[in-house]
Amino acid sequence: MTRTAARLLAMIGILWAANAHAVLTIEITRGVETGTPIAVVPFSWEGPAVPAAQNVSGVVAADLARSGHFAVLPSKDYVSQPHEDKDVVFKDWRILKAEALAIGNVRLAAPGKYQVQFRLYDVFKESQLAGFRYTVNADILRSVAHQISDIIYEKLTGEPGAFNTRIAYVTREEPRHAAVVYKLQVADSDGFNPKTVVRSAEPLLSPAWSPDGSRLAYVSFEDRRSKVYIQNVADGRRELIAEFQGINSAPAWSPDGRRLALTLSRDGNAEIYVMRLDTRELRRLTFDPAIDTEAAWSPDGRDIIFTSDRAGSPQIYRMSASGGPAERLTFDDDYNARSSYAPDGKSIVFVTRQEGNFRIAVMPLNGGPMQVLTDTSLDESPSFAPNGRMIIYATEVRGRGVLASVSADGRVRQLYKFEEGDVREPAWSPYNRGLQYKE
Amino acid sequence: MKNTKHLAASLLLVLALAGCAGEQATKPSAAEEKGGTAAQTAPATEQGAGGTALSEQERMKAQREAELLAQKRVHFAFDSSAIDDEARAIIEAHAAHLVANPDIKIQLEGNCDERGTREYNLALGERRAQAVQKMMKVLGVAGSRIKTVSYGEEKPLCQEHNESCWRQNRRVDIVYK
Repeated sequence: MTRTAARLLAMIGILWAANAHAVLTIEITRGVETGTPIAVVPFSWEGPAVPAAQNVSGVVAADLARSGHFAVLPSKDYVSQPHEDKDVVFKDWRILKAEALAIGNVRLAAPGKYQVQFRLYDVFKESQLAGFRYTVNADILRSVAHQISDIIYEKLTGEPGAFNTRIAYVTREEPRHAAVVYKLQVADSDGFNPKTVVRSAEPLLSPAWSPDGSRLAYVSFEDRRSKVYIQNVADGRRELIAEFQGINSAPAWSPDGRRLALTLSRDGNAEIYVMRLDTRELRRLTFDPAIDTEAAWSPDGRDIIFTSDRAGSPQIYRMSASGGPAERLTFDDDYNARSSYAPDGKSIVFVTRQEGNFRIAVMPLNGGPMQVLTDTSLDESPSFAPNGRMIIYATEVRGRGVLASVSADGRVRQLYKFEEGDVREPAWSPYNRGLQYKE
Repeated sequence: MKNTKHLAASLLLVLALAGCAGEQATKPSAAEEKGGTAAQTAPATEQGAGGTALSEQERMKAQREAELLAQKRVHFAFDSSAIDDEARAIIEAHAAHLVANPDIKIQLEGNCDERGTREYNLALGERRAQAVQKMMKVLGVAGSRIKTVSYGEEKPLCQEHNESCWRQNRRVDIVYK
């Protein structure tokens, strides 16, 4: 791990230590029967006890189980409990029909520091697929666990995992006998470890991660109208970016992190602008009496997709990020909005209205048909995981706003169950590049 | 309550314009509870220097104006900023009130129901507020006296997920400053 990253992570730990309530559970609402059978042996532990949420192998098993790609075999069936390479007996795992085996151990390396060792095996080939060792501060053990999940996922599926990432979202709480509170929160990708980045008595919306994952742009109504801010996630420093007359909204970072697309109505009508963050210079991209909003950049930074009702109902359009004519992308149904690109740039995700229900859909950009991924009725704010395999979105269950995720192929769905409040506006972070390990 | 104060002012004004005594308009809160029907009790007796009795027609008109002015909210269809007849009558009454009272300023607050995306709704809420503003300008109110703001779907009046609730939430609130 680099020293800067260590310092940064330590700082986050200190700033956020006092704010870890509202823990949630994740319910798999739609799964797949088939998945690679894998055994995750509970890691041995030497050192002072830590909270269950930091149980490394427990976090790994939960990550893999909810990915939809694995069947994690129950640990009570394990014939042996190896923690070291020398103790692995492959026959024990073939009996269980495990195709893969993960083992490991955690030791106190120095006060407050742990050494985590982990190995992954192919049971049939009787060979090691991966082996890593990390020495980290106690407060980032969950991050290590998610990184182990990412390695297992990549070794066994051939695609990078996105467990060691974060989600930003907005909560609205209305305590009895107290004023409404809005919070912009950041949590681990599994919803644990929530930290409050912004707290306000007025609505917050549209959090957007900077490409390096260090900052969030968002819309705040704290001055009784919409304004756009950029806030440093680690230290809370923030800048007011847009407070023009009219609405200031829908921030979207360019992939190089140097520009921000915004929706402003400073000229009288909701239009899309691009602001250079170093000079604050604005360039207007749309010139249409209709609503133009919800800009998102293509991963190569060349194009912008956005929502416009210029044809009478909200639809998705694409234009060059330097301006010019717009091409309509969606034609099915009378409401398609809030689009964004998959990380590979080959497809887009958006909200579509189907027979009065608002649902999440994906559509390839090669002309293929759109595919509706959800079957609920008030689904909003879809956001791709950085590996493009999952999409997090907001929905409503029994009158309450909650977060849910769906695999990009629609086969696996999960519900994030928060303890309290109304949860909305999720945004999946880019990859976390801070944590490094030794092979 | 702020609303009550405005209602009182509105009723007083309408009754005064119609040449009525303002007496009955001094209890506006009761009027509001009854759904703005206080003007029904406005007397049709001889008043002031003119001393002419109010015709039944004029009395009805004044009452209607007072009722409209007591309504500080206009509603819209889904994904629409079109002003229907009901909304038009309310907006006309407020515009007349503003023309007659050049010192008063208002804020038009555009809102949407929860359906559809939040950012699109923020723009739609603004378009609703602007639609009301535009109509008031046409009716002679200076644009500088009318501020607009959009809360999108962030400030629902009603939290349930059904059409009657959604209709209440698709609105422009006319807020007197």
